[in-house]
Amino acid sequence: MLFYGTELSSRLMLGTAQYPSPEILADAVRAAQAGVVTVSLRRESAGLRAGQAFWSMIRDLGVPVLPNTAGCHTVKDAVTTAHMAREVFETDWIKLEVIGESDTLQPDMFALIEAARILTEDGFKVFPYMTEDLVGAERLLQAGCEVLMPWGAPIGSGKGLNNLFGLRALRAHFPDVPLVVDAGIGLPSHAAQAMELGYDAVLINTAVARAGDPAAMAAAFRLAVEAGRIARQADPMEERDMAVPSTPVLGRAVLA
Amino acid sequence: MKILVNEEAHEVSTRTLAGLLDELGYGDARVATAVDGDFVPASRRGGHMLAEGARIEILAPMQGG
Repeated sequence: MLFYGTELSSRLMLGTAQYPSPEILADAVRAAQAGVVTVSLRRESAGLRAGQAFWSMIRDLGVPVLPNTAGCHTVKDAVTTAHMAREVFETDWIKLEVIGESDTLQPDMFALIEAARILTEDGFKVFPYMTEDLVGAERLLQAGCEVLMPWGAPIGSGKGLNNLFGLRALRAHFPDVPLVVDAGIGLPSHAAQAMELGYDAVLINTAVARAGDPAAMAAAFRLAVEAGRIARQADPMEERDMAVPSTPVLGRAVLA
Repeated sequence: MKILVNEEAHEVSTRTLAGLLDELGYGDARVATAVDGDFVPASRRGGHMLAEGARIEILAPMQGG
């Protein structure tokens, strides 16, 4: 699967926020064998230079970065942040977030589509963080997106895949578009489920960073993503309402 | 000249954005800049004149999800 012409080394994308320490973050990225790590931009003080140390650590990990526009609530904020991220991280990839509602951090699809159109025209390769809305997805593709990243559940909630029907419909409608479940995944089983639905990758942050042992959880997610992917390729059985004996009935002894 | 850098008040002598980064000690740090809400690329910092009361944002890489 190509993301804007680039083959990733793994289908597990990992966020870099909320880890107990930079060392544990580095351990988790290695254990996950992440194909991409997401990063952000924040204010830098000349004295502390916290961002410089973080950037040198990320560079040493040698994993491609996907900067985000987290915290943006308007088209203008998101577009300006994307330009700043492109310069700092030297990549035209951008995980575009435009938040519309602060309790659920639900994407504002209208602003997202507009920002995606502007950024695509400016040469960005946009990874839009979206709801599982089919019509919105179509508009994002028309705006120039070549990847879609629907939420599983609200960011950081760990609730897993809230709308299986919607995610399945999105997969069925856009069989050739790279699809990534971004946000809401809390357990490796949720990640496996996304891959079993035919999603191309998952993006995890809180579920790894907030685990008691982030590196071990990162390894569990790596295995779950791989298991789900193999299962999808193996063509899972159809679900049925009634039991069907798995042991052959023919030749059974009559003992009464 | 009084300006705001990341919402903190500063009194500076320089008139340009490039001069401001030097004066505040950012040196060769990897940062991106915006003035009054608009992105100013590194290549244009030298020619970007700051007005009294300008609002400057100086951002750097940070952890993100």
